[in-house]
Amino acid sequence: MLHLVLFLIFGAICVAGAVNLLVQRHPINSALSLVAVMASLAVEYLLLGAEFVAAVQVIVYAGAIMVLFVFVIMLLNAGEEARTGGSRVAILFGIPGMLAGSLLVAWVLITHSGTQEVSAGALPGPPREIANLLFHDFLLPFEVTSVLVLIAIMGAVVLAARPESIEQQKREG
Amino acid sequence: MNLTTFIIVSVIKTVIALFVLLTAVAYSVWLERKVVGHIQNRWGPTRVGPFGLLQPLADGAKFLFKEDLIPPHVYKPLYIAAPMLAVMFALTSISVIPIGNVVTIGNIKTPLQITDVNIGLLIVLGITSLGVYGVALAGWSSNSKYSLLGGLRASAQMVSYEISLGLSLVGVLILAGSFSLRAIVDAQAGTFWGFIPRWNIFQGQIIAFFIYLTAAYAETNRVPFDLPEAETELVAGYHTEYSAMKFAMFFMAEYANMITVACLASLLFLGGWHGPLFGPPLLQAILPVFWFGLRVFMFLFIYIWVRGTLPRFRYDQLMAFGWKFLLPMAIANLVITALIVAIRS
Repeated sequence: MLHLVLFLIFGAICVAGAVNLLVQRHPINSALSLVAVMASLAVEYLLLGAEFVAAVQVIVYAGAIMVLFVFVIMLLNAGEEARTGGSRVAILFGIPGMLAGSLLVAWVLITHSGTQEVSAGALPGPPREIANLLFHDFLLPFEVTSVLVLIAIMGAVVLAARPESIEQQKREG
Repeated sequence: MNLTTFIIVSVIKTVIALFVLLTAVAYSVWLERKVVGHIQNRWGPTRVGPFGLLQPLADGAKFLFKEDLIPPHVYKPLYIAAPMLAVMFALTSISVIPIGNVVTIGNIKTPLQITDVNIGLLIVLGITSLGVYGVALAGWSSNSKYSLLGGLRASAQMVSYEISLGLSLVGVLILAGSFSLRAIVDAQAGTFWGFIPRWNIFQGQIIAFFIYLTAAYAETNRVPFDLPEAETELVAGYHTEYSAMKFAMFFMAEYANMITVACLASLLFLGGWHGPLFGPPLLQAILPVFWFGLRVFMFLFIYIWVRGTLPRFRYDQLMAFGWKFLLPMAIANLVITALIVAIRS
C-alpha cells in the first residue's frame, strides 16, 4: 500500500519534471527539472528494491552529469530562449508519430508482459548480486563498454586540445 | 518492533540527531574563532558568556533579526532556493551516520543512528554530490560576477575532487566487503598482536586516508582549497549577495559538511567508536559514543589548525594537484589493495 502511494507520488513528480523540462524557457530551469526527474527515478528504483542502482543513479546522473550540464549553462551564461510556436513539420508528423509510438509501446507492454507486478526484491538489487552479474556473467560486455568510454574520452581530448598547444608539446618534446 | 514504536523511535532519533548536529555546527564556529584566534596570538570571542561560549547564540539571534536583503538583479526563485538546498543536503547526510553500538532501552533495540541501510556510504556520497547544486545555483542566480566565478570554481573543484575522494574509499570497501557504515566499523574491531588496533589506517589504508582527507578539504571548500570564497579576489565568492539568515544557511551547510566529513573519516579509517571499555555498564554504554566524538573533534581541530597555518592554492595548482597527483595515487592505492586482498584470499 505504502509502496503504491510512494510509487504514484514519485511517478507524478517524474512526469511533471519531464513536462516542465520541455515547457521551461530558461536552460537552467530545464536542467534542474531533469535533476528532479533523475532523483524521482532513483526513488522508483529504491521502491523496486534496487538500492544500489538507485544510489548510483543519484551519484552519477544527478550528482555528476547534471552538475556538468549546469556548469556549462553557467559558463556560457545562456539566457532565455525565444518561443517559436513550433514548426509545421513538428505538428504534422510529430504529434501523430508520438501517438503511434506510445500506442505501439502500450500494446507491446500489454500483450507481451506477464500479469504479475514486480515486487521488491524479485530482481537482483543488493550490491553483491549486481557485482556478480557485472564482473562475472557479463564481464566481456562490461569490458567492451569500458573501451567504448575510453574512446569517447580520447575523442574529447582530441577535440578540446588546441592545435597550438599540441604543436608546442611536439616542439618541446 | 511494530509500526508505531518504529515511528516514535525514528522521530526521537531524528530530533536528537538534528539537535546535536546543529549544536555541533554552532560550537565548531566558536571553536574555529577561538583556535584561530590563539594561533594568531589573540583571544577570539571572550565577551558573551564565559570564554565567549554564548557567542553562537548571539550570532544566531543577530542573523535572525538582520534585514534580509534581496538585490533587485537576482533570479529570485533560485536565489531563495539555493541556501535551502545547501543546508538541506548538508543536514540530510547525517541520517545514515552511526555514532555507536546497538543499544537496548527497555525492550526496544535500536542502533545509534537514524537508520542503518546497507548502502549507507553510497547514500552519504550521493547526498554530498548533490550539495554542489546549492553553491552552484547561488553563484549563478545572484547575477553578479564575483558570485558567478565563485560558483563556477566551486562546481569545478567539487566535481574534480569527488573522483579522488570516491576512489580513496574503495580500498576500505574492499577490506570490509560492505557499503554499510556499521559493517565497515565492525570489520575494524579487535587488535593486531594485542596492541595495534585493527583500524583501516593500520591495515594499509594510510595513503587512502590522506587522499581522503585532502579531497575532503577541497569538497568542503576549506583552506587551502577555499578558492570559491577567496576573499582577496572574489569578495566572498558564491555568497557575496547573500545576507542575514540566507548567508547563515551557507555557513551552517559548510560546517555541517565539515562534521559529516569528520564523521566519515573516523568511521572509515579510525575504527569508528572502538576504544577501551571499562567501568560500570552505563559507562560502558556511553564510552563508544565518547570515543567517536573524540575522533570527530580531532578532525575538526585539524581542519581549524590547517586553516590557521596554510596559505591558499593557486587555481591551476589546485586542478593539477587534483588530477595529476591525487587521482593517480588513489588509483594506485586501489589496485594495490585489490591485489593484496586477492592474494590473501
